[in-house]
Amino acid sequence: MPVQFKERAISVVVNNRPDVLARIAGTFSARGFNIESISANITRNPAVTKIIITTLTTPETITKVIKQLNRLVDVLEARRLRRPQAVCREMIIARVPLTKERQAAIQELIDTRGGKTVSIEPGSAVLEFTGDREDLEEILTRLESLGMEDFSRTGVIALERSKS
Amino acid sequence: MQQTGSQVLFTALKEENVDTLFGYPGGCVMDIYDEMSRQQIRHILVRHEQGAVHAADGYARASGRVGVCLVTSGPGATNTVTGIANAYMDSIPVVVLTGQVPTAIIGSDGFQEVDITGITRTCTKHNFLVRDIGDLHRTVREAFQIARSGRPGPVLVDLPKDVIQSVTEAEPLRTAVSPVEEGCPDLEGLCNEALKMLLQAKKPLIIVGGGVILGKASEIFRAFARKFRIPVVSTLMGLGAFPASDPLWTGMLGMHGAYSANMAVSQCDLLMAVGVRFDDRATSKVSAFASHARIIHIDIDPVSIDRIVRTDLAIVSHCIPALKTLHRLSDEQGLTPPERQIHAWRNQLLQWKAEMPLGYCRNQNIKPQYVIEKLHQLTQGRAIIATEVGQHQMWAAQFYRFDDPNAFLTSGGLGTMGFGLPAAIGAQVACPDRIVVDVAGDGSIQMNIQELGTIAHYGLPVKVVILNNLYLGMIRQWQELFYGRRYSQSDMSQAPDFVKLAEAYGIKGLRATKPEEVKRVLREGLETPGPVVMDFHVESEENVFPMVKPGTPLTEMAFGNVRAVA
Repeated sequence: MPVQFKERAISVVVNNRPDVLARIAGTFSARGFNIESISANITRNPAVTKIIITTLTTPETITKVIKQLNRLVDVLEARRLRRPQAVCREMIIARVPLTKERQAAIQELIDTRGGKTVSIEPGSAVLEFTGDREDLEEILTRLESLGMEDFSRTGVIALERSKS
Repeated sequence: MQQTGSQVLFTALKEENVDTLFGYPGGCVMDIYDEMSRQQIRHILVRHEQGAVHAADGYARASGRVGVCLVTSGPGATNTVTGIANAYMDSIPVVVLTGQVPTAIIGSDGFQEVDITGITRTCTKHNFLVRDIGDLHRTVREAFQIARSGRPGPVLVDLPKDVIQSVTEAEPLRTAVSPVEEGCPDLEGLCNEALKMLLQAKKPLIIVGGGVILGKASEIFRAFARKFRIPVVSTLMGLGAFPASDPLWTGMLGMHGAYSANMAVSQCDLLMAVGVRFDDRATSKVSAFASHARIIHIDIDPVSIDRIVRTDLAIVSHCIPALKTLHRLSDEQGLTPPERQIHAWRNQLLQWKAEMPLGYCRNQNIKPQYVIEKLHQLTQGRAIIATEVGQHQMWAAQFYRFDDPNAFLTSGGLGTMGFGLPAAIGAQVACPDRIVVDVAGDGSIQMNIQELGTIAHYGLPVKVVILNNLYLGMIRQWQELFYGRRYSQSDMSQAPDFVKLAEAYGIKGLRATKPEEVKRVLREGLETPGPVVMDFHVESEENVFPMVKPGTPLTEMAFGNVRAVA
C-alpha cells in the first residue's frame, strides 16, 4: 500500500501558558514529525489559545500525534480538521514596486483575486491576499512576475463549515 | 496569618500526606531546609541527587504512593534528570521539587541556574515553574494529582528562591484539585465483547503488565484469570501481579522470557493484554508477535493502543473498573470457563513448561542463578527485590519467582544502571518491616555506590547481593554472541574489594567464592540486623538464556547449554 503523505490540519485548544508551544512543538519533534505551518491566537477566553497546525503525515501517524497531544496536561482538546468539512485559509502580505507600467497589472490582480492595498509609499505598495494554499501559490507566482520584493505568509487557519 | 513560601509548601505536602522526602540541600533551597527543621516530616539525606529520585521512585513502587524528592537548582536539578526519565519510562508517580534562582535572575545565567523545566519537558508527565507565591499551593497539589492520575508519571515543580522566601497573607485556597479521571464511556459494551471473544477462543492467553501493579489491580486480576482458568504470561514490569507459584503461570515473555511464555504468545488465538505497552524487549519482532491471535488490549493510556501492536478490541480504562466489569458481567450471565474447548491448549502449555524449564548447568563455580534461587528459598519469596540493570536483573526476574505485587523494583523502560541501591533505600523506608534486597552486578553497583553512605547513615537494613563476574556481563554476553567475542571495554576486573568498601562505610561485608558458601553467606547476611553487602564471586562468563536475538520472532530462542539440564 502506498504511504499517503498529505498535508493534514489539526486544531489544538490549549491553556495560554508560556511553555505550551514548546510542549506541542516537542511532541512533534520527539516523534520526528515536521510542523509545516502553525498559527495561534487567543480565543473568546483570553486564558485559552487555539492553535492550528498543519503537518505532512499519513492518516495513521496523525492519529498517534493527536493522541499524544491530548495527553499533554495543558491541551484541552486536539482533533483533526478534515477537508472538505473544514475551510482552510492563509494570508500573505507582499511588497511590490510601484511603476507606471505595472500599475494596471497590479490593479487587475487585486480586483480578480479579492486583494487589498494595505499601504502605498512612493515607489512601493504592500498588498494583502487571503485564500487556500493553491490560491496563494498562484497569487505568489503572479506577484513574482510583478517584481515582488518581499512577502510574509501566515500559517493555515481553519474552521468547520458547520457544527457537527 | 502570614506564611512564607516554605510554609505554604509544607502545608501542601502535609495535605498530600507526604511523610518522607528524599533530598539534598543547596543554596536555592536553604529556606525550605530551614523550615523543615520545624516540620514533622522525615527527610532522608541521600549522597547524590540521582539517588534521591530513584529512592522516591523505589518508595512509590513499593508502597503504591507518590514518592517525593527535594533538590537544589542547577547541578542538583540536572542530577535528577536520569531518575526522572527512569520514572517516566516506567510510569512511576514521583514529585520532584527543585530549587531555582530568584525570578529576577532567571535567564541571566545566574550561579547554579539551569532551565530545568525546559530540560525535563520531554521526560516528565508535566512540569511547573512557580512564579508567584499565590500559585504555589495549588501548583503543588496539582503536581501530586497529575503524578498519580491516569497513567502515572513524574512531575517536576521548580521553586524560585524569592517565591519560597516571600510572604503571603492569604490563606492557601483549599482548591479542590479536580480529578481529571474520566471513565471509559462504553465499558460494559466493550467488556461484553471481550467476554464473547474470550469464550470463543480455543487458545486464550493473558499478558499481565506493570499497569496492573500500578493500578493496584492484582487481586481482581488474579480472581479473573482463575475464574476462567486462562493461562497468564507476564512482562518484566508485571512480575508479581500474578503469582509464579500458580498453576496458570506460564512465565515471563520477551527477550529473556521463558520458553513456555514465548511459545504461548506465538501460538495463542486470543491474547488479552492488561496494563501493558508492548515494549520491544517484550514483543521482539512485532510482525511475528501473537500473529495468530485476536488481541484485546486494556490500558489507561490511549497512546498505548495501536501504537506497536494492532488490537481487535481496545478498552481504555483503569484495570480495576475494567476487570470488575468483566467479573460482574460474567457472573450475571452465568459464564463458566470453556474447559473442554481449551483443554488441549492447557496441555500444550504444560508440555512446553516441562520440556524447557528455566535452568542452568552447575559446576565448581558459583552460578548466579543459584544465588537467586537460594535467596528466594531463604526469604520464602517474600522479599522486596530491587535490581540494577544487566544480567543479574534478568536472573532475578527469571529465578526469584515473584508471588506478590510491588515486590520487584526494576528499571524496565530506561534500563538505568545504578537504580537498584537507591530504589532499595526508598522501598526500605516505605516498608520498614520487609526484607529489602538490592540484587546488583559488579558494574551497576558502582554507579550509585555512594548511597551505601545513606544506608549506613539511617541504619537501613538493606541487603546488597552483588553477583560479581568482573565483567559488564550483559555487554560481554552480546559481544560473545553477536560481536565475535571481542570484549571491547567490558572488562571490569579492576574492581574494588566490595567487602572492604562496605566496611569503610561502616557496613558489614561478606563474601562467597565457592558454591558451598552461598547459603551460609546469604543466611548470615539476612540474619544480621542492619545493612549488609554480600559479594558473590560467580561464574564469569555465564550467559542469560533463553535469549531472543533482537528483531527476530519470539520463537527463535537460543538456549546455550541450558537444554542439557531440562
